[in-house]
Amino acid sequence: MAEGLGIEVRGLYKIFGTNPSAFVDAVKGGMTKKELNERHNHVLGLRDINISMPGGGITVVMGLSGSGKSTLIRHVNRLIDPTVGEMLVGGEDVTKMGPDALREFRRHKTAMVFQKFALLPHRTVLDNTVYGLEVQGLPRDKQEQEARRWIARVGLSGFEQKYPNQLSGGMQQRVGLARALTNDAPILLMDEAFSALDPLIRMDMQSVLLDLQKEIKKTIVFITHDLDEALRLGDKIAILRDGEVVQQGSGQDIVLKPADEYIANFVREVNRGRVIFVETIMAEGAKPDAKAVPIPAGTTLEEAAKRMTEAGTMAAAVTGQNGKVLGALSMQALIGAMVTPVSHDKAA
Amino acid sequence: MEWLVEFPTMDGARLTALKKAIDLGFRQFTRAWGPTIEWMLEPVRWFMINMERLMLNTPWPIMLAVFALIAWAASRSKKITGGVIFTLVLIGYFGMWEDTMRTIAMTVVATLLAIVFGIPIGIAMARSGIAMARSNRVQATINPILDVMQTMPSFVYLIPVVMLLGIGRVPGLIAVMIYAIPPIIRLTNLGIRLVDKDVLEAADAFGSSSWQRLKNVQMPLALPTIMAGVNQTIMMALAMVVVASMIGVQGLGLPVLQAIANQYFTLGIFNGLAIVGIAIIFDRTSQAYGKRLQKHLETVHG
Repeated sequence: MAEGLGIEVRGLYKIFGTNPSAFVDAVKGGMTKKELNERHNHVLGLRDINISMPGGGITVVMGLSGSGKSTLIRHVNRLIDPTVGEMLVGGEDVTKMGPDALREFRRHKTAMVFQKFALLPHRTVLDNTVYGLEVQGLPRDKQEQEARRWIARVGLSGFEQKYPNQLSGGMQQRVGLARALTNDAPILLMDEAFSALDPLIRMDMQSVLLDLQKEIKKTIVFITHDLDEALRLGDKIAILRDGEVVQQGSGQDIVLKPADEYIANFVREVNRGRVIFVETIMAEGAKPDAKAVPIPAGTTLEEAAKRMTEAGTMAAAVTGQNGKVLGALSMQALIGAMVTPVSHDKAA
Repeated sequence: MEWLVEFPTMDGARLTALKKAIDLGFRQFTRAWGPTIEWMLEPVRWFMINMERLMLNTPWPIMLAVFALIAWAASRSKKITGGVIFTLVLIGYFGMWEDTMRTIAMTVVATLLAIVFGIPIGIAMARSGIAMARSNRVQATINPILDVMQTMPSFVYLIPVVMLLGIGRVPGLIAVMIYAIPPIIRLTNLGIRLVDKDVLEAADAFGSSSWQRLKNVQMPLALPTIMAGVNQTIMMALAMVVVASMIGVQGLGLPVLQAIANQYFTLGIFNGLAIVGIAIIFDRTSQAYGKRLQKHLETVHG
C-alpha cells in the first residue's frame, strides 16, 4: 500500500451551466454567486478552493447542503470536471489525466463510499464487495479472499450470500465500506457516508472507521454536514459555505478560534471537553502542585477531568513524550475551558 | 372560388408521373440489389427452414415434452407448465398441430432476430444520451423511424418486401420482424436510461470501463424492462402472422385468411383461438421468467 498519498487542491473553481469557462474571470474578479445565477443563469459550485490534505490522515470537509462539499469530493476522482484549477494527488494532476490514465487512477488509487450506499441490487454482498477487484481484472479466488477478509472486518461474516435489499441501512453501508476497503486504494473518499444512518448506528460506524484507520492509515476525505462527526473523525477540518472555504484547521482550532460568526454559531453547541487537549490550556512551564496527577499531552479535557476526579486531586501535571513535565493544569482552568466562552454567545 | 370548395391538388398528369417515377426507381433498385439482399438473407432462410423442419419432423410427444420443459425452466410454476401442456394438447386434438408448429417456428425466429438487432440499437440509443448528456442524436433519429414503423398499416410494408424478395417464408419473416422490433428497441433504451444514477456513479468511481459498466450495471438492472420488451415483441410477432400469410407464410394465418375469403366461421374461430392459445403460452412463460429475474428485489428488509 502506498502509504500517505497526500492531496493538494489548488485554485479550484467549478461553475455549472452551458458556458462555464466564460465566467471564470468574472468570478475571479469578484462576481458573487447571486449575480452569476440571476444575471447569467450559471451556478457557482466552488470558488477558489485551496486545501492541503495530509497523506495518511482524515480530512473532513464540512458544510450544510448546497455548500459544495459533495461537488468538491467528486473532483478528487474527477467524477466532476473542474472549470479551472488543479487537483494534485501524490504530485500528479488528476485534472490533466487522459481517459485511460483516469480509469487506472480510479481503479488503483481511490475507493469511494456513498451516502445512498449505491450497491448493485442484483449482486450478493460478496459479489458487491469484489467489484473493485473484478474491474481491475484480478483472478476470482484472489478477489474473494480479499473480499471475505474485509466482510469479516466490518462485521458481516455470514451475510456473504445475502442481497442488499435483505440488509438494514447500517449493514448496507458496512458493505459499502467493505467494497471500498477491498479495493486497497491509498485514498478513501467518503461522501456523507454515515449521514443516512440512525444516530446510534452512525456512532458505531464512526468507531469502526477510527479503529480501521489505526491499522490501514489511508488518506481519507470525509464529507459531512454534522460538526460533531467532523470533530470526532477529522485530523483536519475544512468548513465550506456557498462554495468557499471559510476556515480550515484542526478541530481544536475551529472550536477555539472560529473564523466568523457563521462558524461561531456552529461550535457553540459542541462538547468542548472532547475536542480541546490539555496542553492547549495548561500554564506552560509552570511548576505543578505537589499532589498533581500526571497526564500525557494529547489527552482531551473530558478524559483529564475524569482522571483528576478519580485521583481525588484538583491539579494535574501535563507531561510530554518522555514523561517530562510541560506545564500545570488546575481543575478551575479545565472547567473554564470546557464551558462555552461568553463572547461566542454575544457573537450569536 | 373553386379552390375554396375543392382542395387544390397537383394536376393529375404530374401526380401520375411522380408515382411512376418512384415506382420505377424502386423497381430498378430491386432489380439491381434484390439478388444481393437475397444472398445476405440466406443464413436467415436456412435457420428458418431448419427450425420449421425440426419442429415438424420431431414426433409430437417429444415436442410437447420440450415445450413443457422450457415452460418449467422459465417459470418454475406447475400452473403455467400445466397450462402449456393443456393448450397444446387441445390444439393438436383439433387438428392444428402442424400449422401451430409452423407459426411457433416463425414467431421464435422473428423474435430472436428482433432481439439480436433490437437490443444493440436500444443500447446505442440509451448510451449516446447518457454518455454525452447534451447529445441525444441517435435517439432523435431512431424514434421517428420507430413511430412510423408502429403506426404504418402492416399491409403497406408487405409491398416493398414482396417487390424485393418475392413471396414466401423469408419475406414474411422480414415483415414480421420489422413489425415486431420497435418495443424491444424502445424498452431496452428506456430500461438503460432508468438505471439508478447513484449506482452508475459508483461503477465509475471504481474505474469501470464503458463495457464493464454496460455488462455489470446497465444490462442487469435494465433486464426486467428489456424482458417486458421481449414479451411485447412476441405478442406483436404473433399478431402479424395472419397478415404475413397473405404473402405465402404458412401456419395458422393461412386458414384464417381462407376463412375470411369463404366465410368459414368455425375454421376462422378455431385457428384464431389457437393463435390466442400460443400467445397466452408465450406471454405467461416470458413474464414469469422476467419476474424470476427480479427475485433479489422481492425480499425487502423489514
